[in-house]
Amino acid sequence: MSPRHRAFAGTALIAIALAVLPLVVGNTLGNTWVRVLDYALLYIILALGLNIVVGFAGLLDLGYIAFYAVGAYLYALLASPHFGLHWPAWAILPLGALVAGFFGVLLGAPTLRLRGDYLAIVTLGFGEIIRIFLNNLNQPVNITNGPKGIARIDAIGVAGHPLAKPLEAFGVTFPGVTLYYYLFVLLAIAIVFVGIRLQDSRIGRAWVAIREDEIAAKACGINTRNVKLLAFAMGASFGGVAGGLFAGFQEFVSPESFGLLESIMVLCMVVLGGMGHIPGVILGGLLLTLLPEAFRYGAGPLQQAAFGRVLLDPESLRMLLFGIALILVMLYRPAGLWPEARHRREFAEKK
Amino acid sequence: MARALLDVLNLEVRYGGIMAVKGISFAVEEGEMVCLIGANGAGKTSTLKALARMLPSRGEIRYGAERIDALPAHALIGRGLALVPEGRGVFARLSVAENLAMGAYHRRDHDEVAADIEYVHALLPRLKERARQLAGTLSGGEQQMLAIGRALMGRPRLLLLDEPSMGLAPLMVEKVFEVIRTVAAQGVTILLVEQNARLALEVCSRGYVMESGRVILADSAANLAADPRVRHAYLGE
Repeated sequence: MSPRHRAFAGTALIAIALAVLPLVVGNTLGNTWVRVLDYALLYIILALGLNIVVGFAGLLDLGYIAFYAVGAYLYALLASPHFGLHWPAWAILPLGALVAGFFGVLLGAPTLRLRGDYLAIVTLGFGEIIRIFLNNLNQPVNITNGPKGIARIDAIGVAGHPLAKPLEAFGVTFPGVTLYYYLFVLLAIAIVFVGIRLQDSRIGRAWVAIREDEIAAKACGINTRNVKLLAFAMGASFGGVAGGLFAGFQEFVSPESFGLLESIMVLCMVVLGGMGHIPGVILGGLLLTLLPEAFRYGAGPLQQAAFGRVLLDPESLRMLLFGIALILVMLYRPAGLWPEARHRREFAEKK
Repeated sequence: MARALLDVLNLEVRYGGIMAVKGISFAVEEGEMVCLIGANGAGKTSTLKALARMLPSRGEIRYGAERIDALPAHALIGRGLALVPEGRGVFARLSVAENLAMGAYHRRDHDEVAADIEYVHALLPRLKERARQLAGTLSGGEQQMLAIGRALMGRPRLLLLDEPSMGLAPLMVEKVFEVIRTVAAQGVTILLVEQNARLALEVCSRGYVMESGRVILADSAANLAADPRVRHAYLGE
């Protein structure tokens, strides 16, 4: 086979695998696990967005979940009985990308001179500000409905069919979670594609230059201010899209979904997977969504079988194992589980 | 007298709350090789950073027919004003070839860029041998060469060099200065900031001596090297 044929065959295989996966999972493990896959895809989209800011441009952002919140609440406000608005998803999602991108610039503009720890602290504050706003904007005018959140959000509709409803086609019934899976997979692929194109572009090279040495980047003629703002805006807009999808998928949003822990989780996906390396980030997102779920369902019965009773509460065990896993990866694979080839080279040469 | 390529008038630079440069004036003619010497903390690097617009400043900076003191840093390379930053500032996780390509980031004339890469490779053959190696793994001297090569990719008319000898072995310093001399001989105007006064005065035609943010002496390199004050304070005699 020629390389071209091989590439085509590979793509086709991956496409078939991705298409069949939810059907197999749904019929063996149950639809709960298809739902977990849906969340994994949302997190992958989020992690790919954060990867632009942290991985490509090297700007440590601890408040990234704020953009997810902006996208989610925008969807919730424009497609729920709360304001009586019922905009279609195809209109809200691009708007969510724009609005979140605007918030990205809003965060980026005052932090242009900050780096490293200082930037991390400011972004952390920004994330909390957004969450606290969402929590308290129920008076004097009720905008966000406060801590109660917004319920009965419209499901995402594609071609007039709300994805929450099962669909009969080809003699098979596709449950809602599977339909969402297909939508999310398509969007995730689109975002991976955008990410790859960005990385190989002039802008991508400018981001890397800024990450490596800002003064030298300026001396090379890079408008560091604009390029940084663009990184914040692009990353934020990915987050905004993911947030809109999340709101439509869950049909409910509340401020507690957008805490600091979520920001850190997404950052962990990027760092564990391999900062700046798209396949690594996807792996990170997948592992950090699937493994905790596996623990949630597996740890209890496993202890029951081994010791006759549950010694450790699965929920706390989950955090413990997660912490250990993080430490181990940072010790033995400091560049992440699947780093970029050049990263790996660098770490190997340093030893 | 023809107008100088670089004309600095009453330059003041504040850095970290103190006045690092207290109103200095100097000029560099086209084709000249001029050095700013002085002890650590005299304000040399702050001056150069202000010229490259990396630090805000007051006073006039004229480059060619234009005042550049209100321009952003990234606008300078397109005007032929290139900086080789202090501590070299190579992009450590990019390859040598990618570093050179970044030097031509602002250029759209791809054929000419390819020709300039050939030129830099001819001038600095080590960079050609190590084209695929990560810049961070080069020796200090090679990194300095790379930083100079990257600046040359912008086809500079005026090259600002900030402490190119810093942290290099004596043999490597000789090599780096040999390269700088070659670049100057090809018609590039050079302003060199250097703590190694002996070496700087050897290669440059004129020099300014800075102390506590002021220019205290300005003369030809030969006269400066013979000046008892310079000999005592900076040449260790």
